[in-house]
Amino acid sequence: MTTTTATDPALLGALLDRVRAGREFGANVYSTLDVLQVLYDRVLRITPETVDDPDRDRFLLSKGHAVAGYYALLAAKGFVPVAWLDDQGGPESRLGDHPDRLLVPGVEIGSGSLGHGLGLGVGTALGLRAQGRTDPRVYVLLGDAELDEGSNHEAIAYAGATGLGNLTAIVLDNRSASHGWPGGAASRFTVNGWTAETVDGRDHAALHTALTGHDHHRPHVVVAVVTDGE
Amino acid sequence: MDMREVFVTTAEEVLADPRTTIVLADISAAAFAPAAARYPGRVVNVGIREQLMVGVAGGLALTGQRPIVHSYAPFLVERAYEQIKLDLDHQGVGAVLVSVGASYDRAAAGRTHLGPADVALIDTLRDWTVHVPGHPDEVPGLLRDLVCGRDSAYLRLSTQANARAYPEAGELRVVRDAGPGAPLLVAVGPLLDAALAAVADRPVTVAYTHRPRPFDTAGLRALAGIEVILVEPYLAGTSARVVGAALADRPHRLLALGVGRSDLRRYGTPEDHDRWHGLDAAGLRRSVDAFLTPARAAA
Repeated sequence: MTTTTATDPALLGALLDRVRAGREFGANVYSTLDVLQVLYDRVLRITPETVDDPDRDRFLLSKGHAVAGYYALLAAKGFVPVAWLDDQGGPESRLGDHPDRLLVPGVEIGSGSLGHGLGLGVGTALGLRAQGRTDPRVYVLLGDAELDEGSNHEAIAYAGATGLGNLTAIVLDNRSASHGWPGGAASRFTVNGWTAETVDGRDHAALHTALTGHDHHRPHVVVAVVTDGE
Repeated sequence: MDMREVFVTTAEEVLADPRTTIVLADISAAAFAPAAARYPGRVVNVGIREQLMVGVAGGLALTGQRPIVHSYAPFLVERAYEQIKLDLDHQGVGAVLVSVGASYDRAAAGRTHLGPADVALIDTLRDWTVHVPGHPDEVPGLLRDLVCGRDSAYLRLSTQANARAYPEAGELRVVRDAGPGAPLLVAVGPLLDAALAAVADRPVTVAYTHRPRPFDTAGLRALAGIEVILVEPYLAGTSARVVGAALADRPHRLLALGVGRSDLRRYGTPEDHDRWHGLDAAGLRRSVDAFLTPARAAA
């Protein structure tokens, strides 16, 4: 069952403000919001009731610092109580500056140190395949600067070589990699046999098409480019 | 069969359980080829990519699979230590890590293939079981038990072995009893025979274990008098903190023997390295005698 309920932008904004509590957020918080909305509104087959269902889709937030919008969205979708958003990062809070899967319902991995999500995603995809679960997909959200970590390239090469068709990577490209990715981030994937789409990271329709319009025979990457608002 | 061959054979058996998945990074891939043909999808060789090897194990465990992860000790434990810490422990999932190479099985290969710090590194983590078998026949039971569980464990295989097996030696097992109050020597894994030879004509009780974690502290307290001697086939002092904590309420003296910290920059054989680190029978005897000889009062 695909969740198709659009998140009310006003509600999401209010929840984000509740997390923010007057603090300044980095640009990465806002640049990730659109992708998260499209994923949770239109792509991922996960609900608060199915967080332990072995046949659910998996969403792995590898760039764990992009957490404020993630928490706001999880609250908007009912995975966590809205009251949890208050005092985020406080001594009694379950919501850290990076997410912990043991503390937050709906969070698939604890992340923070960059370059761990894609390897975990490959393992998750292999585990689902070994169990004959052909329906669920594994989505991993990374940043373009995170691609600096060599561990990603181990995962990209292996997933491509073995045609891991139930894996989708989303690279939020806000041009923050110190040395850039000449030729585009997508080329690092396609040279290894992935299919790829590079789209405007603010354009919900384009994101949805890029996330769903592929053949499922090979791993797929969507590069979501966000240049405005950093 | 040596420990590695026994491991491959036993791993093929436990693959009958559909939860089991072997994760390799080229090392031993040829030995696992028949198993890979029989269980496609559950013998995964990621190539020479150790970060991915451990990350994949974490992902597999998140779906409920039971990963067995295998490589040389330094590549398995040191190269991807953060993956062990975060992709397994921090995610709240477990795996069985099985290494070959030990401290210096591949002595002629040089420093890059030596793994004396592996157990100490694993010991920075919580609640891991560490098995260091001293004989190939100890391996099947240990592996089968570990695969049945869900927690993380490290199984350290070596080409060095004792003459006979002690299959049930998780708890300290007295191999030689020198009577009440005698100094206690605890030998871990393949160093038992050298330790026995070292104190053959000395009044020292010798106990054996192939499970340094969790260390049998109850057994230690029951057996220990004043003097305790640890003989470990990895970094010297690795279990000193455990013994110290277990005996904190008692006067005791501890001699912790094992592999030294320095990069010797020498090749040769494992037996040569035993000698250079003072872990052959003669070297152990020298250390034990010095420890047990009452010190002369300073002038």
